[in-house]
Amino acid sequence: MTALLEVEDLHVAYGKIEAVKGISFTVDTGQIVTLIGTNGAGKTTTLRTLSGLLTPRSGTIRFDGRPLHGIPAHRVVALGLAHSPEGRHIFPRLTIAENLQLGAFLRKDGDGIAHDIRHVYELFPILGERARQAAGTLSGGEQQMLAMGRALMSRPKLLMLDEPSMGLSPIVMQKIMDTIAELKASGTTILLVEQNAQAALGLADRGHVMETGRIVLSGTGAELLHDESVRKAYLGED
Amino acid sequence: MHELPQTLVSGLALGTLYGLIAIGYTMVYGIVQLINFAHGEIVMIGGFGALTVRLWLPDTVPLTAALPLMLLGGALTSVAVATAAERFAYRPLRDAPRLAPLITAIGLSIALQQLVWAFYPDAKKSRSFPQFHGDAFELTGNVHLQRDDVFVLVAAPLCMLALGLFVAKSRTGRAMQATAQDPDTARLMGIDTDRIIVLAFAIGGAFAAVAAVAQGLRAGQINFEMGFILGLKAFTAAVLGGIGNIYGAMLGGVVLGIAETASTTYIQHIPGMQQLGGGGWKDVWAFVLLIVVLLVRPQGLLGERVADRA
Repeated sequence: MTALLEVEDLHVAYGKIEAVKGISFTVDTGQIVTLIGTNGAGKTTTLRTLSGLLTPRSGTIRFDGRPLHGIPAHRVVALGLAHSPEGRHIFPRLTIAENLQLGAFLRKDGDGIAHDIRHVYELFPILGERARQAAGTLSGGEQQMLAMGRALMSRPKLLMLDEPSMGLSPIVMQKIMDTIAELKASGTTILLVEQNAQAALGLADRGHVMETGRIVLSGTGAELLHDESVRKAYLGED
Repeated sequence: MHELPQTLVSGLALGTLYGLIAIGYTMVYGIVQLINFAHGEIVMIGGFGALTVRLWLPDTVPLTAALPLMLLGGALTSVAVATAAERFAYRPLRDAPRLAPLITAIGLSIALQQLVWAFYPDAKKSRSFPQFHGDAFELTGNVHLQRDDVFVLVAAPLCMLALGLFVAKSRTGRAMQATAQDPDTARLMGIDTDRIIVLAFAIGGAFAAVAAVAQGLRAGQINFEMGFILGLKAFTAAVLGGIGNIYGAMLGGVVLGIAETASTTYIQHIPGMQQLGGGGWKDVWAFVLLIVVLLVRPQGLLGERVADRA
């Protein structure tokens, strides 16, 4: 099986400051792959580069068999790569339903869109109850559900989630993590960026630990969960 | 108090004209946070575009029949210049410091004035603009509506209705709202934000041309400098109403128009202020109003506090 996403020797810089310093990893269809690491490790920069918001300095990205280089962000989603950004970034003054419809902006199949909106409401019933409410009025956890639902609306081949647990209470976070597991079970391929290493590694088929722009350690989720250095650095154990 | 109805009617005509221009400022600001100070000149150019069409048409064509073609000609000119300004003047500066596009806008504004001055036939002085002939309509006893004001009072609500429906209901309109609220995330949805920005300039240009025709009809003339004070007033209206909000722009225009008209009607009757109520003072009162509103409501009448980004 060939990889759905292949990243090779990717370098990304903001001006003179290099934020990603030559990382390589792959995501296979049906997998959850996670990038973990502290703030400033380059995880978000990596996702923003994959979705075309940032231009890499060098390196190659192949998605679904074709190079992504030079494709503007608004075309990347059409290729099947959806990105739920860090900080959720829902459209606050549009309703929940309108936010979800925007997730399907490039789709023309009205029936399919309606079906998928119902599916999102099944995953997150609270969104269905508040469909006509401005998204800015939702709580943080509900906004995170909306951001995930909106990303799913493009029927992506690969779903990229950036810090879905950020700022959430343990209960809401568990709900989000359960949903990610459900999505995987239904066949969605996921690239998950998390600071909450415990939760992310528990779900992931493969994990990569990033530090200051480099991947310093890779392994299966279980391997990393039991790795001495990971436990010390990211799971708060002595 | 018996002047009040007349003040409202005249103020409404002037105010909707300001509102049409204010839409151009507010749409562009809402999407790229740029004050397009050349927008007044987009109005002026639209006026000359409309005049050109009138001059092409034989004199036997009545003004009522010529008006749609004049609007079309004016709008094509304004939209072409506005979108060209976006593409060649502002887009290359999108990631530059804020001051760069602002200075570019001022330069563009001077350049457009001078181009018309230098190259449009006889534009070194005012050119006369066609007007409807006949007396003002008598609405009730003492309230009159100038024939030439009927146009703006019909056109402005129609334009607003069309824009409101477009923004709220159409797919592109929703993409426009998304781009205004969060441009990067809009791109993640597959929205070509460059196209949306061009569209914002184009809509502003089209509205500017309608305003230019309205102004030409009211004044009976247009000139290469007309965009300056119109632009300044409309910018004031946009800020007054809450910049970024299209209904705020129209509301701000109407409030400003009525306030201006009222200042020339009433202030001369206030004891001790006789000499402050003349037509020459109306601009002063317009800006006093702006200052007062901004002191009380810095975000403008319908503006929102920008703090809802989590």
